[in-house]
Amino acid sequence: MATVQGGLFRSSIGRKYFMALSGLFLCLFLVVHLAGNLQLFKDDGGKAFNMYTWFMTHNPLIKFISYANYAIILLHVIDGILLSKHNRKARPVKYYKVDQSKSSTWSSRNMGILGTIILIFLVIHMRSFWFEMHFGNVPVLEYDNDGVQYKDLFTVVDAAFGQLWYVLLYVISMFALAFHLYHGFQSGFQSLGINHPRYNALIKGVGTFAFAILIPALFAAMPLYFFLK
Amino acid sequence: MSLDSKIPEGPLAEKWTRYKATIPLVNPANKRHIEVIVVGSGLAGASAAASLAEMGYKVKVFCFQDSPRRAHSIAAQGGINAAKNYSNDGDSVFRLFYDTIKGGDYRSREANVHRLAEVSTAIIDQCVAQGVPFAREYGGLLDNRSFGGVQVSRTFYARGQTGQQLLLGAYSALSRQIGKKQVQMYNRHEMLEVVTIDGKARGIIARDLVSGKLERHFGHAVVLASGGYGNVFFLSTNAMGSNATAAWKAYKKGAFFGNPCFTQIHPTCIPVSGDHQSKLTLMSESLRNDGRIWVPKKQNDPRKGVDIPEDERDYYLERRYPAYGNLVPRDIASRAAKERCDAGYGVGASKMAVYLDFSDAIQRLGKDVIAARYGNLFEMYEKITGENPYERPMRIYPAVHYTMGGLWVDYNLMTTVEGLYATGECNFSDHGANRLGASALMQGLADGYFVLPITIGAFLSKDIRTKAIPTDHPAFAEAEQAVQNQINRLMNVKGTETVDHFHKQLGKVMWEYCGMGRNAEGLKKGQGMVREIREAFWKNVRIPGTADSLNPELEKALRVADYLELGELMIADALNRNESCGGHFREEYQDEGGEALRNDDEYTYVAAWEFKGDNQAPELHKEKLIFENVKLVQRSYK
Amino acid sequence: MKINLKVWRQANTQSKGDFKDYTVNEVSEDMSFLEMFDVLNEELVRKGEEPVAFDHDCREGICGMCSMYINGRAHGPEQGTTTCQLHMRHFKDGETVVVEPWRAQAFPVLKDLVVDRSAFDRIIQSGGFISVNTGNAVDANSLPVPKHNAELSFDAAACIGCGACVAACKNASAMLFVSAKVSQLALLPQGQPERYNRVQAMVHQMDLEGFGNCTNTGACEAECPKEISISNIARMNRDFMVAKIAE
Repeated sequence: MATVQGGLFRSSIGRKYFMALSGLFLCLFLVVHLAGNLQLFKDDGGKAFNMYTWFMTHNPLIKFISYANYAIILLHVIDGILLSKHNRKARPVKYYKVDQSKSSTWSSRNMGILGTIILIFLVIHMRSFWFEMHFGNVPVLEYDNDGVQYKDLFTVVDAAFGQLWYVLLYVISMFALAFHLYHGFQSGFQSLGINHPRYNALIKGVGTFAFAILIPALFAAMPLYFFLK
Repeated sequence: MSLDSKIPEGPLAEKWTRYKATIPLVNPANKRHIEVIVVGSGLAGASAAASLAEMGYKVKVFCFQDSPRRAHSIAAQGGINAAKNYSNDGDSVFRLFYDTIKGGDYRSREANVHRLAEVSTAIIDQCVAQGVPFAREYGGLLDNRSFGGVQVSRTFYARGQTGQQLLLGAYSALSRQIGKKQVQMYNRHEMLEVVTIDGKARGIIARDLVSGKLERHFGHAVVLASGGYGNVFFLSTNAMGSNATAAWKAYKKGAFFGNPCFTQIHPTCIPVSGDHQSKLTLMSESLRNDGRIWVPKKQNDPRKGVDIPEDERDYYLERRYPAYGNLVPRDIASRAAKERCDAGYGVGASKMAVYLDFSDAIQRLGKDVIAARYGNLFEMYEKITGENPYERPMRIYPAVHYTMGGLWVDYNLMTTVEGLYATGECNFSDHGANRLGASALMQGLADGYFVLPITIGAFLSKDIRTKAIPTDHPAFAEAEQAVQNQINRLMNVKGTETVDHFHKQLGKVMWEYCGMGRNAEGLKKGQGMVREIREAFWKNVRIPGTADSLNPELEKALRVADYLELGELMIADALNRNESCGGHFREEYQDEGGEALRNDDEYTYVAAWEFKGDNQAPELHKEKLIFENVKLVQRSYK
Repeated sequence: MKINLKVWRQANTQSKGDFKDYTVNEVSEDMSFLEMFDVLNEELVRKGEEPVAFDHDCREGICGMCSMYINGRAHGPEQGTTTCQLHMRHFKDGETVVVEPWRAQAFPVLKDLVVDRSAFDRIIQSGGFISVNTGNAVDANSLPVPKHNAELSFDAAACIGCGACVAACKNASAMLFVSAKVSQLALLPQGQPERYNRVQAMVHQMDLEGFGNCTNTGACEAECPKEISISNIARMNRDFMVAKIAE
């Protein structure tokens, strides 16, 4: 047979690796992001949270990772768009009647839509907090006279989460995230070739309980907590 | 014209080896310029095409399906025999040879069958090397099982899908050569004529089934591997598209047809359920390893199978044939089932079925073991009948399955037309009057991998100076015109009845008068009826659509037109053979116990029929069968 | 019983097709789905209309030729069943059944319900084999294969190449088909020498044929009449990665 070389990321499977690797990296990011933001629940007037945000914006390594993170989100999105376009082209004439309910999960068939909702959310989310934090007029304060001028992002968050539309946006988006991860987490492993009868249940379990339930639920709890507080 | 079987000199066990060592060769530089046409992509065709291409010949392969992988070899379930003696039960090449000769009721050629047994072992090696996933033992070595008509375990198998796996092996070898451009593949093409120039086969006319265009193809030699003609009966276990057209056109171009009346009726098929039935489904003979066949002792017993107590059951095979029991050869098992049903002991709604019961085996081995062995067959049965065979006995009835008859070939597998070869089920050789289970796969692959690629050299070596003949040669034009005329004639009948209507009629007549039991009176009657159906067909068939497009009705019509002629030849052959042997059971020739009575003094020959023109009686040629190594005895499985 | 059919009719690849409605009376529940089409076609021929063209051959679920998309599902509603093995007892009297051809860029419609699946053949031709010439083989038992691997290899080899995986996949991806062959050979010792070259060659050809990409919905596995597992796709992904990293 002819030897075929090169073009890993031009190949269909290469694209899948990329989707899987970027997706699983973003899953990891979600865990870290959640861990940090859980400090919003601390009843200390925002001190822990504001100190944490200061650290996140001033550590050069973290800064590097976060820019890498943005890039990966962007590439995940671009790869997703290309994939959808490619897949649509693979079936130019659609079926008249389609019944896929028995053969696949709803999430798995709607990753593009779910991803789009998450992307819209991300834009708003970044505008509200990341943009404010970097370029906005966030009041500063000091803790324990340590001489550091902390930006009071906590107050910004508190204000944002006081609006109903904003809370609703968050909750809906977290549902989208839940379904996106319900398929995405497992799918990532499958794409990377990690499929073994002994571990499949574990991957599915973690994907479902940790990534499709726990993480989105905790993220959604934040705006609700502030709104109801 | 006299028949020369070209059997090599020497002792039986050395014939093939000696012959191979002396056969003329074609040197590699010349092979590059020699083109071979292979019609059919089943086990025989795909393996021959791949092997020829590997040797350096330029090969063109034709199949009517959309891919060579779909040929009906794929449906073979049970297994493939080989004299490996891995089971250490005393098997040997001679024993396989002997079993096959005996199983065929002494109506096959010793030299051919011995060669088959010799190469059987290499087939298994070849298939394993290709990645065929045969069943294995825990030690990683190959597993064997036993099959009907023999007392050793020499059958290699891949679950109930051995044919599929072997065919995919051959298909992959063929695909490799297609990828290398050594083979040119023509899917959805049907061969409709052989082109002969100066008495030699030099090409074919094929119809592109999608565009309807007729194409001319040249080959220095033409190999037919187009399968059997069981679909003459309409209902058979053959695929819907399996047909006799290639072989029939060859017959009409001068290739003799050998033993056309030898058809195999397989005992374990799912019974007919109604008039709508389009085909019959076989369930592997391997089921008889653990299943017990019975009918009620009482005629027309209305009770369900499970409700009939043990002592009211007649395990008629075990009763009649204690030595082989349920594992008697196919012809015997089939006839015994017919005998019981005709006598009024049949079961099921149609009363044309017997029970195949696994309750003993399930009790003895457990449901899991039975499921592991036959799970896919049980599922298939349940899908078709809606009944669960783990809980109630299966109903089975014999069905047309294989045709031992076919184009007459010599030791080189060449027909009576020079340069025209026939391999696999398409030829008449090796199985005599009855084929043993798991031997069809063996023969198809033996012919394709190990015999034809070598023997064809005897012809091609004389042809190295023959340049490719341009297809504007008058012989091609004439052949194409003949095909075109037949198509036009069919399209212009513009009658009122469908092709299937006539095909079903033909099938019924053939089954009734030339099926499991035959007699002179019925055969004569059937002969007349076939002629009538043929006339009616040509007066009243209706083919909608056009000939220059994908037209399945036209495809069927072309095939049925040939069946309507072939059916008559089968009857003529059955009438000629005044004896009972193997699958050919003439009711006039049986002993008091209902066993077949052979007539070795008069009929130890191959009946090879020569076409003499439309509406003219064919001429019978006899190839005397000489047995030097086995003694002819009455086949006994008691 | 009576069945209403909504069937895709298309004269040839170039022409535009459309649905046509038919009613088949006197359908027996013992009929296979294709036998019901036989009855319909007989009626059409008698009326002088062109019968519906559809692919079929063995009618026992093994050749892989039949290929109907029935009521929104490849090979219809039954699990692990080809169209030819689907029986009418699974439908209700008076039911309307929509029948369409496989839909994929790589499977152009030839006529009515007949599509061209030669893309699959070309993928096999690109590397779906073990390069062994006739006569090259060693004794079969000199290559022991662990039973477990032989079984897994068989599970993959059971593929009948019908294309239901492509038809069922929302992306018209052929990965289940390709991975079945890659896996069958990767699991056997005989397949090792060409293992990594094979996976690259076959994936490359698959991409050239215009199939969609896999998004792991698992629909292929669920609709495959031979129930081939998507663990084969994972194996192919793995082998492909190894091949690309190691090359």
